[in-house]
Amino acid sequence: MLNVAAVQRRGIRLTLWFSILIIGICALVAIFGPWIVPHDPTEFVTDEPFGRPQVGIWLGSDYLGRDLLSRLIDGTRTTLVMALVATVLAHLLGDCLGLLAALRGGWVDAVISRIADLILSLPKIIVGLVIVAALGSSVLVIVMLAAVVYAAGVFRIARALGSDLVGMDFIKVAKSRGEGPGWILFSEIFPHVAQPLAADFAIRMSFAILFMSSLSFLGLGVQPPLADWGGLVRENLGGLAGGSLAPIFPAMAIAVTSIALNLLVDNIGEQQLQKKGA
Amino acid sequence: MLSFILKRVLQTIVLLLAVSILVFIGCEILPGDVAQVALGQFATEDNVRALRLELGLDRPAYERYLSWLVGILQGDWGQSITTKTPVATMLSERLWNTGLLALVTTVVAVPLALVLGLLMAVGAGRTWDRSASIVVLGLSATPEFLIGSLAVLLFAVQLRWLPAVAYLSPGSGFSQTARALFLPVLTLVIVVTAQIARMTRAIIANLLTQPFVEMAVLKGVPSRRIVGVHALINAVGPLANIVALNIAYLVSGVVVVETIFAYPGLAGLMINAVQARDLPVVQACALIFCATYVIMILVADILAHLYDPRSNAQAAMEKL
Repeated sequence: MLNVAAVQRRGIRLTLWFSILIIGICALVAIFGPWIVPHDPTEFVTDEPFGRPQVGIWLGSDYLGRDLLSRLIDGTRTTLVMALVATVLAHLLGDCLGLLAALRGGWVDAVISRIADLILSLPKIIVGLVIVAALGSSVLVIVMLAAVVYAAGVFRIARALGSDLVGMDFIKVAKSRGEGPGWILFSEIFPHVAQPLAADFAIRMSFAILFMSSLSFLGLGVQPPLADWGGLVRENLGGLAGGSLAPIFPAMAIAVTSIALNLLVDNIGEQQLQKKGA
Repeated sequence: MLSFILKRVLQTIVLLLAVSILVFIGCEILPGDVAQVALGQFATEDNVRALRLELGLDRPAYERYLSWLVGILQGDWGQSITTKTPVATMLSERLWNTGLLALVTTVVAVPLALVLGLLMAVGAGRTWDRSASIVVLGLSATPEFLIGSLAVLLFAVQLRWLPAVAYLSPGSGFSQTARALFLPVLTLVIVVTAQIARMTRAIIANLLTQPFVEMAVLKGVPSRRIVGVHALINAVGPLANIVALNIAYLVSGVVVVETIFAYPGLAGLMINAVQARDLPVVQACALIFCATYVIMILVADILAHLYDPRSNAQAAMEKL
């Protein structure tokens, strides 16, 4: 009963393949979306709002009578590209600053760390609401917002990973060999932290998808006529009371993608992150 | 110990001040100013100037910040731009509704999650634990609006037990309040339970691999006693920490859940205010949410520290 040490996780293979499959499908749909949509996402295919699924309109119609499947495919690109760009920016910012803070220490470290602490100690969605209230909602504002908010968390992890390495002999050797800080950062430190940071990238991207979808769901994210998955849930929410599944499909897309990213990290990367206590 | 608590409390006060400055600046950086936004783009120059004087916008920013802060400490939260009523009046009823939602969720979710996490940890590695782990991971990565929508489909549309929208007025009796609360609470409980259970499992499963547990097994201590006494006592600190952090998470959770069910809470008020750019209301709501969050994290840190001096408060905060 207490033989926890010998945990065998045979479920690993299955969940790993599931997550790779889902992420692959999402990527393909995002890339080839415009060529595989059955209808124009803005075209009215039926007069009936929240029409039942039928041949040709596989997921039924949305609140205006447009083809839901086509809108879902169209929204895939918006959702994933925004999340991807935000996560890339968050990592560029967070990794560079985190490793720099670890390497330099001193006041550089102190200043950046305090700013990161401040961002991390606030509820993200409320920060988002205040920013949107002030600047209005646009794709640029939302992406930058997500990038900055998540960069703080990335910074923490990159700094923790970097700090472990800075005291090691090979860094001291590199320093005494006269290597500059930039060179040390990218050729000595980065190769050692790339793998855990990649795992963090996947989990961070799932956070970004959930965060931006939530803002869109609240009506404060991507604005019509552009629609991401969260926006599709919002615009079709009214159909729920009539038993329409229209808001469920985009919500499922968000959930499945987010779960796939989490399972991926759970299988390949979590141990490394936990080891670093980050 | 006391010095740690004192230090953290002071830090939190500084943090709250920083938050109030950020919230104030956040609402200052908009193009134009409050008077312009309130009157719309077709307002005449004179009207805007008059409202600006009335709102005191001609004074320098730091002076307005100080009078705003002093007002808040004295219970004067300013006046809504759109409804012209005092913000404090608008807040009070909504605050109670949101508090009730969070309280009921906590009371239901915490015991449920702790028991679930414990059972998973005890059966670690078995089929039961593996399948429960996947379900719990899945649920904690699922957006609240999917769980909420499915709950509406099941309970309001298919079974017709409950209304899809939460009607709640100040005079609501117990049964009406319970009906209004059921679906929002259910949604939040599912999300929060999944998160706490997942972390509980990790903590206890980890404890059960420690040498002192092995020692107890070798001494012949019954396994029920090992889990219930030896492991649990050591888990109290981290668990209390996780529970407090998840209550802090509720701040974000209620925003989405109140929107799904049109629940008349603080988050609904804030979202309407953001859409209408009613900045005094946005400021007030943001301040309440941030303060709650910051204070819950303070509680989490203190609880973790009380039980484990080595615990790293920063690492726990990062998990959110």
